[in-house]
Amino acid sequence: MTLWSVIGAGVAGLAVASELVSRGARVQVFDPGGPPGPHGCSWWAGGMLAPWCEYENAEEPVLRLGQEAIEWWAQRTDVRRCGTVVVASARDLPDLRRFARRTEEFAEVDREKIIKLEPDLTGFGKGLYFEREAHVDPRQALRDLYRQLQNQGVEFHRKLAPAQLKNAIDCRGLHAREYLHDLRGVKGEMLVIRCPDVELTRPVRLLHPRMPLYIVPRGDGVYMLGATMIESEDSSRITARSMLELLSAAYAVNPAFGEAEVLEIGVDLRPTFPDNLPRIRRLGRTIYANGLYRHGYLLAPALARGVADLALDNTHSEMVDEDRD
Amino acid sequence: MKTFYGTALSNPLMLGTAQYPSPAILEQAFRESGAGVATVSLRRESGAGQTFWNMIRELGVLILPNTAGCHTVKEAVTTAHMAREVFETRWIKLELIGHTDSLQPDVFQLVEAARILTEDGFQVFPYTTDDLIVGERLLEAGCEVLMPWGAPIGSGRGLNNEYALRAMRAEFSDIPLVVDAGIGLPSHAAHAMELGYDAVLLNTAVARAGDPVLMSKAMAQATLAGQLAHQADPIEARDMAEPSTPVVGKAFLS
Repeated sequence: MTLWSVIGAGVAGLAVASELVSRGARVQVFDPGGPPGPHGCSWWAGGMLAPWCEYENAEEPVLRLGQEAIEWWAQRTDVRRCGTVVVASARDLPDLRRFARRTEEFAEVDREKIIKLEPDLTGFGKGLYFEREAHVDPRQALRDLYRQLQNQGVEFHRKLAPAQLKNAIDCRGLHAREYLHDLRGVKGEMLVIRCPDVELTRPVRLLHPRMPLYIVPRGDGVYMLGATMIESEDSSRITARSMLELLSAAYAVNPAFGEAEVLEIGVDLRPTFPDNLPRIRRLGRTIYANGLYRHGYLLAPALARGVADLALDNTHSEMVDEDRD
Repeated sequence: MKTFYGTALSNPLMLGTAQYPSPAILEQAFRESGAGVATVSLRRESGAGQTFWNMIRELGVLILPNTAGCHTVKEAVTTAHMAREVFETRWIKLELIGHTDSLQPDVFQLVEAARILTEDGFQVFPYTTDDLIVGERLLEAGCEVLMPWGAPIGSGRGLNNEYALRAMRAEFSDIPLVVDAGIGLPSHAAHAMELGYDAVLLNTAVARAGDPVLMSKAMAQATLAGQLAHQADPIEARDMAEPSTPVVGKAFLS
């Protein structure tokens, strides 16, 4: 039986390995960084499974393919299905109207309904509620996949994959750049804060023409604030401007965030193709699966399905854009 | 036709390159609209945006780097120098923000920065208000183009003060003028061109439209329509109907 070698143990690699194993394939995984951790950009993700909200500024495949993510993850980790609330300050209501026009599957909510959903969102007169959306704790999701794969007999090698590997599936994100010339990095910056004074149970998006923000609850008063999107490939630091914008947007959602402790500052580059959609390419004996951009958890299941279709059944899903020896 | 520091534009639409859903859509918007100039911001992440800037270069249109996001003369001058190196052009769209909320230009610093940059060999495209005296000061500082706002950046409100823009056109009849900022609809772009402006510069109206590519085409066609209309010498509006067929012989006085 063919042994498939997945290279890279971020969300793409682990999802591909998990999908292959669930279809009965034999898999091993290479990652010199070891188990999931801060060396992978999916460690810093928001973990929102929000295909309807994301459609505001994405193309149709994100909406359609993203919808399979919730069930896929629910079979593997704890998925919190409590929807998304989208709000805007009174002066930015045109942005809320635009968001509503560009998305679907939401209910319009007024002040009373917003407070009923989230008692600590007191400052907003209008909002949108995307009931069908969900979120995961991304780090827990990675750990769960990793543990399940180990239990299923997948061997993890804490080293670089040997050269000339047969049946390789390269899921290394931006590290695969030398083989994927049209891949670029899009910088994202995020913060993890602790603020027990604010209780939010579901992701909240604050619309703003220049500094849109999302807040994802991680439980126990911990929140992830994200995320900037900058066409830059310098992941060495967060800028003061980005930090100011993230924190002042959170402060606008609820001034009690002003008292939060800053636990973590995350900066990394999202591997991205020119149309911001993921790709699968078979070049010789390696299949490349890459370009999840800001949709790591949302599109990894569809990416994994496409890789398994190509590897095991030799069928081309829509993500396959090149297949040659 | 007026030229921009000696360069004639193939198309009087200048498009910004920020906020598109993806670089692929940005590229299509340029291709479908035939926009003649691409503005690009350098302020954020100095030096690390090479991949994105290469994509802009590959559009094959004239590049007008800008100092978007600069609040001081020093920042703007530094950014302009970086832009000259990155894009190998003397053109710079000089933007000096005076107010973070309205993004209104700080015209006092603008004049100062324009003087410094012009003396340094730059060809400055100043983003300014519709104030005539500021316009004069910018020309004295060495600018050969003026770019008054239609309305605040990103507001999509169109030409807020048509009277002032007309006055500007009349006052600076030999100077290439561009309406920069505030355009939300193709009718706004056509309006600016009908007033005799030489180009329009916009970004948000296209990038944040539901279908940016379609909107870029609409903007290009409207810009061209407005330009043709201006050249065609439109009729004057009047209070009374003027029949286009003779009325002699009809009982029109009854």
